[in-house]
Amino acid sequence: MSVQMWTFFFIFLTFGLYIGIAIWSRAGSTSDFYVAGSGVPPLANGMATAADWMSAASFISMAGLISFLGRDGTFYLMGWTGGYVLLALLLAPYLRKFGKFTVPDFIGDRYYSKFARLIAVFCAITISFVYVCGQMQGAGIVFSRFLEVDITTGVVIGMAIVFFYAVMGGMKGITYTQVAQYCVLIFAFMVPAIFISILMTGVAIPQVGFGAELTESFGGGYLLDRLDGMSEELGFATYTEGQRSTQDVFFITAALMFGTAGLPHVIIRFFTVPNVRDARRSAGYALIFIAILYTTAPAVAAFAKTNLINTVNNVEYSEVPEWFTKWEATNLIRFDDKNGDGRIQYVGDPETNELDVNRDIMVLANPEIAGLPNWVVALVAAGALAAALSTAAGLLLVISTAVAHDLMKRSFLPSITERQELLYARIAIFVAVLIAGYVGINPPAYVAQVVAYAFGLAAASFFPAIVLGIFQKRMNKHGAIAGMLSGFLFTAGYIVYFKTLNPSLDNAEGWWLGISPEGIGTLGTIVNLAASYAVSRFTPEPPVEVQEIVQNIRLPGEALTK
Amino acid sequence: MSDSAETYWKSNIKIVSVLLSIWFFISFGCGILLVDFLDQFRFGGFKLGFWIAQQGAIFVFVILIYAYIYLMDKLDNEYKLQSAPQENSTDKTEKENN
Repeated sequence: MSVQMWTFFFIFLTFGLYIGIAIWSRAGSTSDFYVAGSGVPPLANGMATAADWMSAASFISMAGLISFLGRDGTFYLMGWTGGYVLLALLLAPYLRKFGKFTVPDFIGDRYYSKFARLIAVFCAITISFVYVCGQMQGAGIVFSRFLEVDITTGVVIGMAIVFFYAVMGGMKGITYTQVAQYCVLIFAFMVPAIFISILMTGVAIPQVGFGAELTESFGGGYLLDRLDGMSEELGFATYTEGQRSTQDVFFITAALMFGTAGLPHVIIRFFTVPNVRDARRSAGYALIFIAILYTTAPAVAAFAKTNLINTVNNVEYSEVPEWFTKWEATNLIRFDDKNGDGRIQYVGDPETNELDVNRDIMVLANPEIAGLPNWVVALVAAGALAAALSTAAGLLLVISTAVAHDLMKRSFLPSITERQELLYARIAIFVAVLIAGYVGINPPAYVAQVVAYAFGLAAASFFPAIVLGIFQKRMNKHGAIAGMLSGFLFTAGYIVYFKTLNPSLDNAEGWWLGISPEGIGTLGTIVNLAASYAVSRFTPEPPVEVQEIVQNIRLPGEALTK
Repeated sequence: MSDSAETYWKSNIKIVSVLLSIWFFISFGCGILLVDFLDQFRFGGFKLGFWIAQQGAIFVFVILIYAYIYLMDKLDNEYKLQSAPQENSTDKTEKENN
């Protein structure tokens, strides 16, 4: 069978599965719709969290980015996994004990303030919305490249599927679909990685192959030494050495970690398990499932880079392999024969370099570059779609709960019945899907960039407010509001300044303290903490009932509080 | 606030602080600040600092969460804190909503 037939086969198979699950798990109550009735077993929640978390960016872009960043790629690897330690130790168990539906719920109740709740609603919707647009775009790209339909059709198909199971099943439908999507995406990521590892090093475990010796046909010697050698020879940066300044890597890593722990769509997954112990356990499972992909990704990055250089550098243009011409048609690989010798020179010096490679190709075309069987190549499309759709669904749910529960039920229309609330939640998801789809089809230039900044914003707004709400009984509404506003505005201001107002200054010399806009969320977190502390010292302490809420969420069971 | 609730919370804070210190030391310490120093040591095809930054730290994160689960379970048992009764808490919120 051809690659395209296999792709159709896998996509029909997986989409059929998702729809089947949606029909099986319809939501009957708001509790079902918001938190799957709090009856999800920890293992299932771990898988769902992993799929929820690993987006089109993790699946398609990350390994490719690392293969061009070399060692500095660590800020993605550590940043997007280390946040789970914070989540597990500082947030998940307590928020589960709190036992409501949404993040604004916690902020609103803990800080006894409608205004604080509304700020939280605003932050949750902004963060989730920029993130979801990226997913829709990712789904559109995969459809258009692998099925050769246009991007609009691709996005519409993706929207229809997400719409179907998110609107019908709410969190319940999303959870069990995400379990299936995790299995699909991890299989699709690991199979090519294992094949390539065996091909290049003879070791079946990519994590080990990463540090192993290349086989004879690839020239022998340790993979990483060889990659360093080739990089130096061609004038690229040495792969295993850092290029960015230490403080920038430090700040970006911290921003991604705090952001991970502050992202509402990840946090609400911990509301779906039965109790505090299960919340801790599902954080453990989630990180194991995520770590399988995240420890494989740097190996894939190194394999792909080595393979790319080996396959294309100094090769006659007329003799390039088939995949090269195929991807050239999408403009993701561009060859410009500057010296007119008919050969591809792939070197570090921009004056003489003749090849421009888009980062996303490294994962999408990797199986083709390595000459793997057609069914393996086709798997990647199904995996990338699973990653994009599962994250999109989780984000849309945050938007829908923020509108129906926090904005309507808890703030402006407290008299609506549960049935009406459920209806509003479904309408909100429907509208959010349409808007996300529209943006996916007509992407404003900045969307892809903005996705990365969602982390900085989450880090600077939610993370300190929630942690202080649990660990500082004295923290009051004035402090939290001042903190969230200053952190969010500071971070957003810094990003907007360098990305839209003054892009010419967006370089290591122009940045304040050498911190790139990607890493500014860390400073935003500190601004938030400082403002919260300062303001709370000069304002009255929270009422007794609120201090009792804090006391209550600190203990996993009921025994000691009575 | 009862005494046992206070001592439970203190032990909890201690566990979290110790584990987060290790978390910080491995990720920001070994993976970023000391990475060039650690790169002079090698095992197999890896330089140590590079390996910690790209893979080792992630393994440590997993171990830390499991250490936390183990220590907190032990602490909960010492204080006879069962989380089971909590299963009803969302029913409560549902009733509040109606």
